[in-house]
Amino acid sequence: MAGYGATSRQRQRINAVLFLGPACVLLFFFFIAPVIVDIFVAFTDMGRTLRITELTTANFERMFTRDRRLAQTLVVTFMYVLATLAVFNVTFGLLLALVTTAVPERVGGFFRSVWLLPRMSPSVIYALLWAWAIDPNERGLLNQILINTVGIGPIDLMNDHPLLLIVVANGFIGASMGMIIFTSAIRAIPEHLFHAARVDGAGGLAIVRHITLPAIRWPLSFITVYQTLSLLVSFEYIWLITDGGPFYDTTVYALYVYKRAFESGQYAYGAALALMLVLLGIGLALLMWRFFDMKRLLQTPRIEVH
Amino acid sequence: MARIELRKIRKQWGEVVAVEDLDLVIEDGEFVAILGPSGCGKSTTLFMLAGIYMPTAGELLFDGIPVNEVEAKDRNVGIVFQSYALYPHLDVRRNIMFPLKFKGVPKAEAARRAVEAARLVHVEELLDRMPSQLSGGQQQRVALARALVKEPQLLLLDEPLSNLDATLRLSMRTEIKRLQRHTGVTTVLVTHDQIEATTMADRIVCMRKGRIEQIGTPEDLYERPDSLFVASFIGAPPINLLPGEARDGRLAVGGTELELLGAAAGRVILGIRPEALRPGEGGLPATVLDVEPMGRETLFLLETPLGQLRALLSGATAPYGAGDRTAFTFDPEDSILFSESSERRLPDVHVRLPA
Repeated sequence: MAGYGATSRQRQRINAVLFLGPACVLLFFFFIAPVIVDIFVAFTDMGRTLRITELTTANFERMFTRDRRLAQTLVVTFMYVLATLAVFNVTFGLLLALVTTAVPERVGGFFRSVWLLPRMSPSVIYALLWAWAIDPNERGLLNQILINTVGIGPIDLMNDHPLLLIVVANGFIGASMGMIIFTSAIRAIPEHLFHAARVDGAGGLAIVRHITLPAIRWPLSFITVYQTLSLLVSFEYIWLITDGGPFYDTTVYALYVYKRAFESGQYAYGAALALMLVLLGIGLALLMWRFFDMKRLLQTPRIEVH
Repeated sequence: MARIELRKIRKQWGEVVAVEDLDLVIEDGEFVAILGPSGCGKSTTLFMLAGIYMPTAGELLFDGIPVNEVEAKDRNVGIVFQSYALYPHLDVRRNIMFPLKFKGVPKAEAARRAVEAARLVHVEELLDRMPSQLSGGQQQRVALARALVKEPQLLLLDEPLSNLDATLRLSMRTEIKRLQRHTGVTTVLVTHDQIEATTMADRIVCMRKGRIEQIGTPEDLYERPDSLFVASFIGAPPINLLPGEARDGRLAVGGTELELLGAAAGRVILGIRPEALRPGEGGLPATVLDVEPMGRETLFLLETPLGQLRALLSGATAPYGAGDRTAFTFDPEDSILFSESSERRLPDVHVRLPA
């Protein structure tokens, strides 16, 4: 039976290659290789000509000593991520989930769909809509509303409150993810717990605080970590709506990387900046992982179904 | 403690009527069981008492005060769910203390009362455990402590024993009864298990399809069932039911005729409990078809001129074997007659074997 065993082992090897191969190839080309290339380029002087004349640490020297924009970019990034996360992606997403699960299902479903629309529309269309909505002259949607109903305006959001603008524009999209995850988490809470709490004397807010929030603790942690990382590296809407402006007022770190690398053609410097972003992301992820005790989430199921 | 009154209570979900025109008075300190098959509206009724569901129509009174519009949180009722519904993120102590949080009870006193309640149901050594570390029976006790800690005016039990194993169920039955006597709290138990209802409750409300079939003591329901449904739902093994035709003082059943005592005419159903049949005492002939030993009792399946009958005899050793021939009789008072069309009992009508 030795022959049989050998073919079985062989088949196992073939299966492993067959099933894991494609994923490994994709992983290598799209995740590992770019990181290696990035690390390599970061230590060169590659510019628009793509020529490398020397291996150097000049990019990092510049980053830590001479780049005056960088500090401002980090501040903008911090404020942008924190505000979007705190106001929209977590808080507003949670609020939407709580409200849409508390009202009759048809109404709740409708509002959830409405809040999904920005996520479903192409980013360019979404950005164009925003451009029209905040147009500084009287034709802009916001100004029409302000002038006709409130009687103030016109205002120029883009120039006066650019950071607010990108937070709101991103938040409207980002809230939907939390909303969906939280909605399903709330639905998974056994109904008798709500019944028990009501009979035990808890009002609406007390039920949210004592039953709902503890029960969705893990989805809440997950969304916070996930959205932090996602906000840290994505910049498409900012790029489309404000292009990082006015001046550098809404240039977040990820957009700054893009601008340095592809608009100024400083590939090597862009790569070095990107490398720092990756490290920043990993550091932040580990920190939050620790803070939220996510290890326990992965160990045992946390939602108890009776 | 409270006297509970339901007046023409009705609950509808859209077009579906779950509970229809329910009239019921539960006296202060009484232990009432609502008994019925699943879907009969018993849990809906309980949830209306708790304030979790609002009645569509009718009036609900606690001590004469209408509470229709009073929310669950303000009713001061305690409830134990079939699934226990302990808060999974709180330890036993905090679970028991939870209802006191909303009653403005100072922390120290709440903690003291939680320990007291835990002691009452013998879980004082589990106070620092999480619900997931408890067995079903322990969770049940904690749920009871949580329901009792706020000294409710009404205690509601929704199938509290269904998830327990047989031995535990037996001891919890006694335990709950003891607690009810001890606290004197008005209690409503919802169950589909007739043994639970008959062993624990002072009175039983038997429900079917959203309506009350009969209200009475366990003895009433067993000996004087108002309807065919109650007769067949209560009693294990189930009552023998035989269709017959009443005419001129005689009842034709199967291939024979019985003497009718009382006035009845038309199609009726004759009911005789298995334990009312007395094989071996003369009367109608019977052939033993099957013997089922049930421990202290033995169940016989008999072929008789009336039809097939189940007879229950005490004693673990069977006096008859399959194929044996004997004869049986029964007391006229043990025979119950129902109208076939209305399915209601015909009061004071019995049958007797012909002399």
